[in-house]
Amino acid sequence: MLLDALTLQLGYNATLVTLGATLLGITAGATGTFLFLRKRALLSDAISHATLTGIGLAFLAMTALGLDGRNLAGLLVGSALSAGAGLMAVHWMTTRTRLPEDAAIGAVLSVFFGAGIVLLTVIQTLDTGRQAGLESFLLGATAGMLRAEAWLIAAGGAAALALTVLLRRPMTLVAFDPGYAQARGVNLRAVDLATMGLALAVTLIGLKVVGLILIVALLIIPPAAARFWTDRSGAMAALAGAMGGAAGYVGTAVSASAPALPTGPIVVLAAAALFVLSLLAAPRRGLLAGALRHVAHRRDVHLRQGLLALAQGLPVYESYTQRLLVRAGLARPDGVPTDAGRAAAARALRDEARWALARTGQGNEAAASLYDGLRPISSVLTEDEIAALDARLAPRGV
Amino acid sequence: MGADFVILSLVPMLIGILAAVACALPGNFLLLRRQSLIGDAISHVVLPGIVAAFLLTGQVTTLPMLAGAAAAALVAVALIEAVRRLGRIEPGAAMGVVFTTMFAGGVLLLDVSDTSSVHLDVEHALYGNLESLIWIDAEGWHSLVDPAALAGLPAELWRIAAAAAGVTAFTWLFWRPLVAATFDEGFARAQGVATTALGLGLVMVAALAAVAAFDAVGSIIVIAMFICPAAAARLMTDRLGAQVAWSVGFAVASAIIGYVLAGYGPLWLGGQDAVSAAGMIATVSGAILAGACLAGPRRRGATSSA
Repeated sequence: MLLDALTLQLGYNATLVTLGATLLGITAGATGTFLFLRKRALLSDAISHATLTGIGLAFLAMTALGLDGRNLAGLLVGSALSAGAGLMAVHWMTTRTRLPEDAAIGAVLSVFFGAGIVLLTVIQTLDTGRQAGLESFLLGATAGMLRAEAWLIAAGGAAALALTVLLRRPMTLVAFDPGYAQARGVNLRAVDLATMGLALAVTLIGLKVVGLILIVALLIIPPAAARFWTDRSGAMAALAGAMGGAAGYVGTAVSASAPALPTGPIVVLAAAALFVLSLLAAPRRGLLAGALRHVAHRRDVHLRQGLLALAQGLPVYESYTQRLLVRAGLARPDGVPTDAGRAAAARALRDEARWALARTGQGNEAAASLYDGLRPISSVLTEDEIAALDARLAPRGV
Repeated sequence: MGADFVILSLVPMLIGILAAVACALPGNFLLLRRQSLIGDAISHVVLPGIVAAFLLTGQVTTLPMLAGAAAAALVAVALIEAVRRLGRIEPGAAMGVVFTTMFAGGVLLLDVSDTSSVHLDVEHALYGNLESLIWIDAEGWHSLVDPAALAGLPAELWRIAAAAAGVTAFTWLFWRPLVAATFDEGFARAQGVATTALGLGLVMVAALAAVAAFDAVGSIIVIAMFICPAAAARLMTDRLGAQVAWSVGFAVASAIIGYVLAGYGPLWLGGQDAVSAAGMIATVSGAILAGACLAGPRRRGATSSA
């Protein structure tokens, strides 16, 4: 069953939804990258919670006009309007009052959500009594989706992705250096608005799949995970898109394979798994790489200090240093240096003496500032420069 | 305003007021420390906490659930800090990663485990059940002095009262170090204040308030009450003492007006059924904040805080 789902064999609608969720994940990851780099990731939380008011109002309006209140397109228009209003409220509060952005975000998301809940309870009391469809927007529900709705999600995901690709250059520029971007003639407000607009689009498309409480995860988690792997914004957006897409694809497929599995949480947990993997295993920024680096550094320091001690005929008491020296064949278990150990120790001592001279003398400041007690001096000075140092060392003897 | 009021509305209203105040007090400091959204994060992770407690104990009893929620809040705070430091990720994004993941885990646990026999669902976690906390043993105002009737008060009232008292005591006892650490952390540390411990204490107190309030009123009010009254109060005054007083006033006003509007508003408009009190209280607090944004005397803050 799971294999069927992963290979898109579960029927037309499920396939459409899975493709839509994949496109949605890609778009969310890529768009979220620019929000993340702009340090405004949680703004999307305000956007998504603010949609609930619009959903409620749109349902009431459509019912009052005698239409079907559950029409997805109508509900999406309503939620876009209220999310846009929420976004404007955040912007207005941060620019016109002294409230910080995080307070404005929290205020908008809780108040719009609270008002939305009030509207939902109003709808519950209506004799139409078909509000069940609305509560599915909280956590998403892809089971029993209409074909037109599935098409809307797939098409919306594709359109938002195309827009993100089109707008990637100005968004990158603004994310890294707003001042420079403005000097280059980029319209800052327009680009910020476009980024928010894309986040809004992702939210709307994701309402039915992931639900409004968790859609923010798709905008935040993949970019945060991608950040571990690269320092380049283009690669980060691509990687975040790939992770988001994978989470959307696997999440929808897994939840389609069993009746009790909710779509939204599984998509989010799939993304979270990718995040944990990145946190642990990414080269350079990951925890594992950091731990390995730490161990290697510790070994280098111990070995170097052990060699310097041997060179000066001092006994080595520290057991880790002893083991390192023995294992490298530089000392016997009783602490007496081997021939190789004596040679290495002499080299270490000579390096140390060269460094000491280079750091006191003039002309080598740039190289001398790189001294860290481990780096061989031959890696920062040329042979001629070292020869010059040695010439000054020789009279005093080594 | 007779016996019906005492039986049906007095206790929910009191609980609403106490929950609002318990959240608004730490909200003031969280606002000034740019940590407002920690309330958002905590209120989301309460759900996985109570679900885990339910799965471990197999029953819906209050104490394990409160403990589970509090533990989840602590785990969330620790995880946010870990992701922020280990991953070198900005605080907002670190928060977003942690609370959405934990919430998703909670929803999944809830959906795959058999909770059909008990009253435990996502909607309850969000909206709470303020309206159902009625005082069955009451017969009228005179019940307030009747020990037998008082014994029948809903347990939620005592819990939120204890939480509100604890939050107030914390604010009272640690007022001076809190103020110092909030405005000038370096100065406070030089004065011998353990700022890290105090910051953690503040978050724990906020978590306590959130968990106790959540038990009675659901998580929407919790987020709204952490932020809206304190934010509105911030626009009224430059003095922290006055700000805290304003925020408590706004919180109480939100709770009372919100509850009355939710319970009686639809009747005035010709409807028959009440709407969600929790949602309405949040909405009213937003209206108060909007008013403060438009007309608060210190809304720009350019004169003194620039």
